[in-house]
Amino acid sequence: MAESQSPEGSGSPPPSLPPATGQDVPGGTDPGATRGFWGNWFWRLVSMAVVFGAWEIGGRIPISIAFPTFSDTLFALGSMIADGSMGKAYLSTLQPLVIGVVISALLGVGLGVCMGLWRGVEWFGAPVFIVMQAAPMAALIPLVTFVYGIGLTAKVLAVCLLALPVIVLNSYKAVRNSNPSLIQMCRSFQGSRLQEIVKVIVPDASPVIFAGLRLGIAAGFIGVVLAELLITPTGIGDLITYHRAVAEYAEMYATIFSIIVFSAVTVGFLETVEVRFFRPERKGR
Amino acid sequence: MAAGPSPPTEAASARADIVRVQGISKVYEGGIQALDGIDLAFPEGKLTSLLGPSGCGKTTLLKIIAGLLEASAGDVFVHGSKVSTPGPERAFVFQDFALIPWSTVLRNVAFGLELRGVGKNERNDVARKYIAEVGLSGFEDRYPHELSGGMRQRVGLARALAVNADVLLMDEPFSAVDEQTRRKFQEDLIALLDNEKKTVIFVTHSIEEAVYVSNQVVLLSRRPGRVARVIRTDIRSVGTPDEIRRDKRYLDTVEEIWQMLRQYLT
Repeated sequence: MAESQSPEGSGSPPPSLPPATGQDVPGGTDPGATRGFWGNWFWRLVSMAVVFGAWEIGGRIPISIAFPTFSDTLFALGSMIADGSMGKAYLSTLQPLVIGVVISALLGVGLGVCMGLWRGVEWFGAPVFIVMQAAPMAALIPLVTFVYGIGLTAKVLAVCLLALPVIVLNSYKAVRNSNPSLIQMCRSFQGSRLQEIVKVIVPDASPVIFAGLRLGIAAGFIGVVLAELLITPTGIGDLITYHRAVAEYAEMYATIFSIIVFSAVTVGFLETVEVRFFRPERKGR
Repeated sequence: MAAGPSPPTEAASARADIVRVQGISKVYEGGIQALDGIDLAFPEGKLTSLLGPSGCGKTTLLKIIAGLLEASAGDVFVHGSKVSTPGPERAFVFQDFALIPWSTVLRNVAFGLELRGVGKNERNDVARKYIAEVGLSGFEDRYPHELSGGMRQRVGLARALAVNADVLLMDEPFSAVDEQTRRKFQEDLIALLDNEKKTVIFVTHSIEEAVYVSNQVVLLSRRPGRVARVIRTDIRSVGTPDEIRRDKRYLDTVEEIWQMLRQYLT
């Protein structure tokens, strides 16, 4: 669906020096950059048209009584936005989501970077997060309810449980694999350990850290929807549950569609932030 | 000698040799011995090449002098005092350039000064001067991936020059550069060094390059590396680069070194 256009597919390559081309032609205005940009958009639109077209046809056959057409879904989406129910639902869903994602991002990157830098922290942290990543965390959500009840805490925790491991592990591996040549260069110019971390290791690791953040935020979306479906139906989870119960499938699909688009746009926005602030040399590439 | 070794002479030679290594050995984890009892002196203001069969520990020795690797035994002296960590009097030029990919040429060249806490305007002025000296004016705001291999190494050289170290340590600086670019780079390097009065320790695997650019060539044996011979070349007094490449003494020295090196090749 819409997430097939999310930028995760174009995930950042591991940090490394660009290969020496041996050509004496230094860039200039690269005609490939602009062509690539329009080419990308063209193929994205084609991809969307194919998916939505197939959806429309599937809905018209119909595959199932519970499978609305794309146009019905869009219409339902429009009316839900117009009557304010969608806005209200997002307002209540965003609260645990934003809190959970912010906690996971700060804690996860911090912890992951420390694990990459110091053996002691690595031994302490790595096994926990490797298990957490491998385990089906959704199965723990009933347990979370049991301990923390049905309030905001439980939902924030559900978001963190899903988002944290991938953020931690990506940051950890990114730091562990930072370019040894650059670190040696920094040392040879008498850079302190702190300068080495701030000026070389973390920026060098940033593409992989950001890839982890994108995956983590996507996992956070899963966490919040799961929490709203499994703990207490509020916000988006409530809309999905309610419209399914009263057999308003177009509205139900519209809700699902909206959260997917919202997730993809958020993740895409993060990539823009990354390139602008951390990797200026990748602009327009 | 019979008149007695006079302390002044010794002091004079100590002053002339800016870098000295004594009894340097290096055994890597796993028991591979890379270097065995290296004693060498590097005269001030001269270019010394370390030459030897591949795997003989040339780069290891250079990195020990730089303070980037720890020696298993032996000492390195710079300006007469013992060193074991990198210091401001030595600057390194890396084989793989080691440029920061997310920084512009200007920031890369100024990076050594940035680490020392030199103010932005001041370090950028110094960086611009050396960017001009290595012939990269106009490329200050480019990123390394936009440059060719030869230009990237010029950035690496400018970065090393910008910190104004007395000793430049160059680890096969031209090995990742194509042949034509390399010749031009060698000539530019020699011209630049005549201006800058630097002491250079230069690792290479090219005999021609070693003879062409150096005042003396240190020949290392096969692993574990020992000093096989030190040859004074000083070929540069001959004249222009083209005259040197046709000079009989240059060709003879290349041939002589080749004859010595070939015994190490199986």
